[in-house]
Amino acid sequence: MGIISRGFGGRRRESVPGLPPGQYLTHDFPVLSAGPTPRIPLDRWRFTVTTETGEKTSWDWKEFQALPAEDVTVDIHCVTKWSKLGTTWRGVSIETLLENVDTVAEYSMVHSFGGYTTNVPLEDLLDGKAWIAYQFDGEDLHPEHGGPARLLIPHLYFWKSAKWVNGLQLMPEDEPGFWEAAGYHMYGDPWREQRYQGD
Amino acid sequence: MTSTPLDGSSTAGGGLPLDGNAMAGDLREIFAVDVTAARYVCAGCTHTDAVGTLMVWPHSPGLVARCPHCSDVVIRVVRAPGRVFLDLRGSVRLEVPLEGG
Repeated sequence: MGIISRGFGGRRRESVPGLPPGQYLTHDFPVLSAGPTPRIPLDRWRFTVTTETGEKTSWDWKEFQALPAEDVTVDIHCVTKWSKLGTTWRGVSIETLLENVDTVAEYSMVHSFGGYTTNVPLEDLLDGKAWIAYQFDGEDLHPEHGGPARLLIPHLYFWKSAKWVNGLQLMPEDEPGFWEAAGYHMYGDPWREQRYQGD
Repeated sequence: MTSTPLDGSSTAGGGLPLDGNAMAGDLREIFAVDVTAARYVCAGCTHTDAVGTLMVWPHSPGLVARCPHCSDVVIRVVRAPGRVFLDLRGSVRLEVPLEGG
């Protein structure tokens, strides 16, 4: 051990390397929820991609599990200012889901069981930047954290990583989702501190 | 005015809602009257009652107040530095009692 202790930084709310501006480090996994936690039986789970022309492609749980999955380790940043580094997930990339979907849409709306929505530009979902995750830290995703499956889009504030997802609607124009319509930023880049409208 | 968990248990962990009085502080900053005493009409099911009876989820990026009858969102309150966003699209109207009225 060195003479100079690095100290225990987890309790200090100050700038830590690797954190976007205004964020503090947490080792917990806080639960934020805008409503009751839906319990979705796997035999009733379905994820549907709807294009701008109304064409639908969907997977039930068994079909979804048969898709090629990836293990990813990413940092996550909540707009309420906590960040959690090095989180491990397993899921299916959005690129995989859209492989055979014909679209020229530039935007998307993510839909969830329970009615939650959030908008994401389509290019932010591609190139290994977003997944439908169904495991966290080696275990099935708990309903409180969005299980059976949630969106994982770690380069945007975590409200964009919608819990309990059941669909992706592709859109020619951008539209606000649940929090974006109520004052939060349309894009939500944590490195540019895009928390609220006008930031 | 105090707010209470709707089922009488702890809200630690963010899973359970509070009653609508949890919004009293934020709404008092916006309105000159006590809005928790106002009557809302839910846009989803037309249920009407005092704002203080709504189910409020406080552990999210904002306050989310849902109708206890149909669970649709009636009011959303988002606090930003120096401003408050109030989204009332889930309420057909608010009937606000006035002092001396």
